[in-house]
Amino acid sequence: MNFNATLFGQLLAFVFFVWFTMQYVWPYILEALEEREKEISDGLEAASRGKRELDEAHLQKAEILEAAKKEAADLVNQANARANQLVEDAKSSAHEEAERIKVSAQSDLDQAAKRTKEELRSEVAALAVAGAEKILGSEIDKDKNSQIIDQIAQEL
Amino acid sequence: MASKELNSTDYIEHHLTNLTYGRCPDGTWSFAEVHGKSQVAGTEASCNISEMGFWAFQVDTLFMSVLLGMGMIFFMRRIAKNASSSKPSRVQNAVEYLVTLVRDQVQDNFTADKNPLMGPLALTIFVWVFLMNLMDLIPIDLVPWIANGFAAPNAEGGAIHYFKVLPVADINAPMGMALGVLILIHYYSIKNKGLGGFLAELTFQPYGKWMAPINVIFEIPGFYAKQLALGLRLYGNLFAGEMIFILIALFFGGFFSSVTGVLAGVAGLALNFIWAVFHILVVILQAFLFMVLTLVYLQQAHEHH
Repeated sequence: MNFNATLFGQLLAFVFFVWFTMQYVWPYILEALEEREKEISDGLEAASRGKRELDEAHLQKAEILEAAKKEAADLVNQANARANQLVEDAKSSAHEEAERIKVSAQSDLDQAAKRTKEELRSEVAALAVAGAEKILGSEIDKDKNSQIIDQIAQEL
Repeated sequence: MASKELNSTDYIEHHLTNLTYGRCPDGTWSFAEVHGKSQVAGTEASCNISEMGFWAFQVDTLFMSVLLGMGMIFFMRRIAKNASSSKPSRVQNAVEYLVTLVRDQVQDNFTADKNPLMGPLALTIFVWVFLMNLMDLIPIDLVPWIANGFAAPNAEGGAIHYFKVLPVADINAPMGMALGVLILIHYYSIKNKGLGGFLAELTFQPYGKWMAPINVIFEIPGFYAKQLALGLRLYGNLFAGEMIFILIALFFGGFFSSVTGVLAGVAGLALNFIWAVFHILVVILQAFLFMVLTLVYLQQAHEHH
């Protein structure tokens, strides 16, 4: 055990090794380490972000589904209402048409009956005149007695 | 085994002697002379270790620590160059575990402004000291045996007769590192507090400026003792650990010569195993402690009081 120049040899070696480690070893290994730590923390963060987004998407999906269902139901309802409306409209227009046809048929009928009545009346008048001629044995001057005949015809 | 006592002493002394290259009083540079012969075969040694004084290098200490340090930085550099954040290899994972451990220590102990030196410094200290400490677990005779050309440590014939494989059991290695930390502590103290602030911290605490002489007596020894203890702690622990290994190794001395020798050898094996297992703890703990204490002291150098 004796101190000698070895002390300074060792000191020089020590300085050299520390310098070398500082220059060529430590930064590289630390860089890899820190990079990996960053990658891992980034990955974890991305995973939690993805999970959050997935949850949100699930919620959104439920909402959209709900809205779509509601819209579909509305559409069906609207369609039903419209169909009913159409049926109702058709019914009422058919009804009106029928009414109209009935009315015009009635008026035709009335006119025909009226005409027939007129015809019958004039025929009856003629018959009555003929009957009266036969009874009286002479001719009745139609022009003279036309007033009476018309009166009779009216009374028929 | 007539001279067994002497052999044991020689054996221990042999294991405590560094391979030393230095300048002798006559001005020549050579390996040291131990027991009348040079530590390295075929060289002329003109003086022993203590005669060299300051200008001597423990070649084995420097060789082992630089070798381990080089292995460390080449290994680390390879990992760092191929470091990928998405597909780490197994080895990269292991190194990253280590870097994370060191980084957490830095963040826990070092609350001052982010200093980019602290991480690399702590990592280097931890890994390098750990590797150097780990040399204690190599069977203590293996490397000297190889260095001596596969001959018994004291025998003639090999090339290098002395080689200590554990650099931290040589006080120069841990103290060299502690010296580096001491320089850093002074540098950052003065940088962050100013020379005046740094000196004020040592003189005006804890009793205010009118008691400055007493404060100095309290503060200066405490300030330097902790930095000195940083190196001495590592040295002491590992030196003691190696000493125990050397003593246990004495059990194997008579393994091939007698029945009691075999029994002692078996007991030695068991002891060696137990001590090695226990020593794994010391190896890691001391490396960790050196790192943490360095961070704590440097943190104090950044703090304002």
